[in-house]
Amino acid sequence: MLEQILITIATAATPLLIAAIGELVVERSGVLNLGVEGMMVMGAVTGFAVALTTGSPWLGVFAAVIVGALFSLLFGFLTLTLVTNQVATGLALTLLGLGLSGMIGEAFVGQPGIKLSAIYIPGLTDIPFVGRLFFGQDPLFYVSILLTVGVAWFLFRTRAGLTLRSVGDNHGSAHALGINVIGIRYLAVMFGGACAGLAGAFLSLVYTTQWIENMSAGRGWIALALVVFASWRPLRVLAGAYLFGAVSIGQLHAQALGIGIPSQLLSALPYLATIVVLVLISRNRRLTMINTPASLGRPFVPDR
Amino acid sequence: MKTRFLTLAATAAALAFGTMAAEAKVKACFIYVGPIGDFGWSYQHHQGALEAQKNLGGEEQVELAYLESVPEGADAERAIERFARSGCNIIFTTSFGYMDATNAVAKKFPDVKFEHATGYKRESPNISTYNSKFHEGRYVQGIIAAKMSKAGVAGYIASFPIPEVVMGINSFVLGAQSVNPDFKVKVVWANTWFDPGKEADAAKALIDQGVDIITQHTDSTAPMQVAHERGIKAFGQASDMIKFGPETQLTSIVDDWGPYYTKRIKAVADGNWEQIDIWGGMKDGHVVMAPYTNMPDDVKAAAEAAQAKITSGELNPFTGPINKQDGSEWLKAGEVAEDGVLLGLNFYVAGVDDKLPQ
Repeated sequence: MLEQILITIATAATPLLIAAIGELVVERSGVLNLGVEGMMVMGAVTGFAVALTTGSPWLGVFAAVIVGALFSLLFGFLTLTLVTNQVATGLALTLLGLGLSGMIGEAFVGQPGIKLSAIYIPGLTDIPFVGRLFFGQDPLFYVSILLTVGVAWFLFRTRAGLTLRSVGDNHGSAHALGINVIGIRYLAVMFGGACAGLAGAFLSLVYTTQWIENMSAGRGWIALALVVFASWRPLRVLAGAYLFGAVSIGQLHAQALGIGIPSQLLSALPYLATIVVLVLISRNRRLTMINTPASLGRPFVPDR
Repeated sequence: MKTRFLTLAATAAALAFGTMAAEAKVKACFIYVGPIGDFGWSYQHHQGALEAQKNLGGEEQVELAYLESVPEGADAERAIERFARSGCNIIFTTSFGYMDATNAVAKKFPDVKFEHATGYKRESPNISTYNSKFHEGRYVQGIIAAKMSKAGVAGYIASFPIPEVVMGINSFVLGAQSVNPDFKVKVVWANTWFDPGKEADAAKALIDQGVDIITQHTDSTAPMQVAHERGIKAFGQASDMIKFGPETQLTSIVDDWGPYYTKRIKAVADGNWEQIDIWGGMKDGHVVMAPYTNMPDDVKAAAEAAQAKITSGELNPFTGPINKQDGSEWLKAGEVAEDGVLLGLNFYVAGVDDKLPQ
């Protein structure tokens, strides 16, 4: 039973982790994209529709990643090239995504989808207690872990990662050094979009194999909060996503056990935990300052 | 003089009606709380609207207009008023939270008919209220659950602790106890009407704790899919979800608004619409059960017998003797709960393994 619960927690945490890791890279480059929810739900509808029409869940995943990236390109064009307000544009992207996905998905409502099946390695998956947890989950779970480790390595161990962080910390200086600020931000935004699309595909192809309007149900916003919660560090995003998953699954178990705590309070626990950690983190202002990308959300117009 | 005037007026009205009949178009408008693609509550209302249009002669006769995902509150009043101004003859507002907004607009537009679902306020003569006794279906589900469950405990995924939901849980338990007096129900409150991921998680948590039947009062098909994956049985909600669990769904309570919408829109077209307050159940065709599947014949027979008794009015799920959860007596033997009490129900009957959030 414990293994089953841990797997449930991993399933709840994975979409948050994937979307948050993408947004972390975007924010590290100095761009605040509040459109995660919209890109996620676009990924969910694309993944579902393509998987159902082609019969291949992997094609669905691939298409969701592409559509997520393309959709974020719209945000990139508006905020980076036309220098519109990032907050307003991000919100608009979320609204557009929710509406557009509903329209595209109308024909797919009420149809059972195709599940991206869990992996099975003879021998390893059958190990009692830990086999299924480590060697028997769905492929995207492993992708999410690799993605986290990969991004951590990229940001803090490579020259390109350093360049990306410098763009996010001080786009003026980076520009003066001859770095293509806009170009790097475009790439970061598209990476974020691709990740959000992947997270969406996870929702409609693994978590619950179906398409329903608005099925992301606020997970994009939680991913955004996780990035701040993790003070822009990839491994802390991982910890945050699993903490969030554990608390939300734990409260359901507490309810089923009949523990006499009001369910409304239990439902609010994951969010309360986020706030508490945020307060604890922000107590040390210098540490916060070091990690926060200094140019976050500030528009950049190259000198003419 | 007065009589002659009336005759004249009647003739004029008849003439006017004659010309109207030639065009014979009624504009029926709907306000939905969720997206019509939710495959649950709003989806079923929209299906009902489409069915009514089809029954009454299609687009030629009935013009449909709808707004989806309208938030309950100030926005709703604006949306309803916009409909009233745009020539709607009858406006259906399909969520409890539209109650005050609907009444406010109805006062301003006496010539437009208003129909508010699940509410109880009718402040002007041009507003009706309608609702369905879904708990009748849940009683039948309880009977099936008690006969099908080996563990003797079912999992119930609930949304919010409002009377409608509490009534459903109680009715389910009473149905189950009519078969197995020791039957237990574990309740998990999702605190949402609609979050497929969370509903799936709730189903997993319940199954991990040993229930072998899942039923839900939330709107998505996710719990059905989880039950299917884990190889147990489940009940659908609001619509027939058999496609999501061909070997899993026992039955489903289907909200069938089509007959009611047909009747009411027709009444507007015929000019004989009158204010009513209806709480329709199986008898009125409001509550329909999806086919009984994945169960042995004797269970199916028991379910059908209970359904027939409820339909004929012979059986009311809330008939005493019934004790409250704390063991105190609620209804004496043979006593039937009043509708008013049920519509404000805020306590559990004995046998629910949960503390009701207050």
